Amino acid sequence: MDEKVIFLKDTSADADRTRDFYASFLNALRECGLEDKVQVVRVADIGIYNRGLVVKFADKDIVYVNVEEKDIKNIVAQTVKEGKVIEKFLFKDEPKQLRIVLRNCGEINPENIDEYIAKDGYRALCKVVSDYKPEDVIEELKKSGLRGRGGAGFPTWMKWKFTRQTPETQKYVICNADEGDPGAYMDRGVLEGDPHSVIEGLIIAGYAIGASKGYFYVRAEYPLAVERVEKALKQAYDYGFLGKNIFDSDFSFDIDIRLGAGAFVCGEETALIASIEGKRGTPRPRPPYPSVKGLWDKPTSINNVETLANIAPIILKGGQWYASIGTEKSKGTKVFALTGKVKNSGLVEVPMGITLREIVFDIGGGMLSDKGIKAIQTGGPSGGVIPKEYLDTPVDYENLQKLGSIMGSGGMIVMDEDDCMVDIAKFYLGFCVDESCGKCVPCRIGGYQMLSILNKITESQGQIEDLDKLKRIALAMQKASLCALGQTAANPVISTIKYFEEEYRDHIVNKKCRSHKCKHLVNYNVIQDRCKRCKVCVINCPVNAISGDKEKGFFVDPKVCVRCGKCFEVCKFNAIAKE
Amino acid sequence: MTENTKNMQEEIANLVEKWKGKEGNLIMILHELQNYYGYIPRPAALELSRALETPLARIYEVITFYNFFKLSPPGKHTIALCMGTACYLKGAPVLLNEIKNLLNVEEGQTTKDGLFQLDVVRCLGCCGLAPVIKIDEKVYGKVQKSQVMGILSEYGNHNQEG
Ligand SMILES: Cc1cc2nc3c(=O)[nH]c(=O)nc-3n(C[C@H](O)[C@H](O)[C@H](O)COP(=O)(O)O)c2cc1C
Ligand code: SF4
Ligand code: SF4
Ligand code: FES
Repeated sequence: MDEKVIFLKDTSADADRTRDFYASFLNALRECGLEDKVQVVRVADIGIYNRGLVVKFADKDIVYVNVEEKDIKNIVAQTVKEGKVIEKFLFKDEPKQLRIVLRNCGEINPENIDEYIAKDGYRALCKVVSDYKPEDVIEELKKSGLRGRGGAGFPTWMKWKFTRQTPETQKYVICNADEGDPGAYMDRGVLEGDPHSVIEGLIIAGYAIGASKGYFYVRAEYPLAVERVEKALKQAYDYGFLGKNIFDSDFSFDIDIRLGAGAFVCGEETALIASIEGKRGTPRPRPPYPSVKGLWDKPTSINNVETLANIAPIILKGGQWYASIGTEKSKGTKVFALTGKVKNSGLVEVPMGITLREIVFDIGGGMLSDKGIKAIQTGGPSGGVIPKEYLDTPVDYENLQKLGSIMGSGGMIVMDEDDCMVDIAKFYLGFCVDESCGKCVPCRIGGYQMLSILNKITESQGQIEDLDKLKRIALAMQKASLCALGQTAANPVISTIKYFEEEYRDHIVNKKCRSHKCKHLVNYNVIQDRCKRCKVCVINCPVNAISGDKEKGFFVDPKVCVRCGKCFEVCKFNAIAKE
Repeated sequence: MTENTKNMQEEIANLVEKWKGKEGNLIMILHELQNYYGYIPRPAALELSRALETPLARIYEVITFYNFFKLSPPGKHTIALCMGTACYLKGAPVLLNEIKNLLNVEEGQTTKDGLFQLDVVRCLGCCGLAPVIKIDEKVYGKVQKSQVMGILSEYGNHNQEG
């Protein structure tokens, strides 16, 4: 098949017009009669940020950046048709990342298995089923030092070994693609950009633990990822990488997809198992661990998407190679979804041990505005904040934990002086309270109580004892909750109190929110020497809280004001102050 | 028996046939039903209970546990407002209020005229564009409060009184 592929992604900071550009490319190709020879593929991540429309020509190793709508015809006519390179669009500098998991994302057409194969795809599988005993695979992973990327960081080789050891003929492997962190999309990037890499990892996992059946548990909210995994599975069956006697060995393996249905707790492994069994996704106590009693009470190994995408490279290049990357106890790379108040939001893959500063300032291009950086949040709702004083900390499992956060699945949110730490804690805790399955009391009641206290604090009703109360309930939740959702739900509160207790005290004692985020703690005032006496605020205030006249000036009565912010919005002279 | 219920019976019989013998099939069948009807109609749940020989209560226990499944028909256009962390930090709560005010609707509900359904979702995976609103398949990034009205009007005239 002599088909050329072009990858597209609009990386502009202010819009994503990939769909429109896609249509223009198709039109331009049709005009040149090339529509059957060239395939255009939209991707979610292309490894380049803030460079407008990025166009990659897979066969030529050429990348164009900052392409405009009007250039598309020209590019198709010259580069696609004639093979001529247009200098002015060429992308030159190399990003400071190391791509193992994302190795093929934006490089190959995710819907074409041949392209994956051309990048050494399924070679690791072939090697394993032909030359390795299952124990050898586990040994190689042990050398690599790979730890689970789904959050807890448990050594993958141990999980596989335990599942292998349990005496039972029927075993299962599951790929956890539920990606529940509400501000992160690493797994979606991999599934959409390179589904075969995860499938290959899952088949090898099956071989290593002695399972004949695997499941993909994918979020239903990711329809494109689901579609691409479905297609990829079908192709893998057609090529004999799935099904009976893979590569003419005795090893047979099948994979099915199961969809999640919008419950964060289903990312927890025992809840996920219940969900695949067709039940409500509530966790159950461990032990027994899934490696002993999992899906339908059979030994089961559950691995995260990113963990599995690491397997094939480790087999091909060796565990030692992988272990040469990273820090003493955290090997290899980690994918982060870098977002928040940073210039270049996007997926980044970096070697463990890189500092937070390098990620935010070198790769992320620094802060979005001139507001200073305040903190970085990692680990999503189970994680914590890391204040700016620790920006030079090398990122690995141990260090982040020491700082009171966690590696988590890869959410990394940059926050600036405009972000209120009490409000952030409230946001994450509110998420966990929403998503608590309600099965155990410490999580259900404790979470609710903590949230009420935080609400009180942000609504100017806080008392200084509340800080101790929060800590006490948090401890109870950590100790007594059934699953990690409840055990970790208080982490964002604990870590913000740890580093930003001053800010909490400000809310409670001085009734002030220095970031002006907590509506009830903001006071609106007229700045007399900017005020032009136009009366617009007076007219717009819904509760007539602004009085005065043109002579004396206008004043806000804080007892009447309901803090709606209307006056601030309508004043054309910036004469309303928030404080 | 009306034409509709007959179709529904057939549709469900086909689904049950397709998923027969696969353990834990209930959630996948519910996904297909929702794909087809846009929500899970009560008669469909009843029919499914009969076809799977599963108590209706058990089917509803599952439907109500998962946020994804809907029990009432969706509006003509679905507004998905992202309340993921990045969008939250960049002003999604303000947008949510604006939409609620303009359309006179609460989250998870449909406007009286059936034109819009308002859903609050977690991370649409385009955090770089935060705050993000998705209407049907179209993504709007870096949305400001002042743009909301204009965006909504692209989808026809909403009738406040319903
Ligand atoms: C509330 C909760 C949500 C979770 N969500 C996810 C998730 O979305 N994806 C994931 O891979 N692991 C998630 N986990 C972790 C899994 O339980 C499990 O540890 C992981 O999938 C194991 O894979 P790994 O060893 O490759 O990391 C979650 C855990 C909890 C407690
Ligand atoms: S709108 Fe501004 S300038 Fe006009 S009266 Fe009010 S505060 Fe003064
Ligand atoms: S914030 Fe709202 S209620 Fe208070 S003075 Fe301004 S317009 Fe009036
Ligand atoms: S948080 Fe809204 S798109 Fe990610």
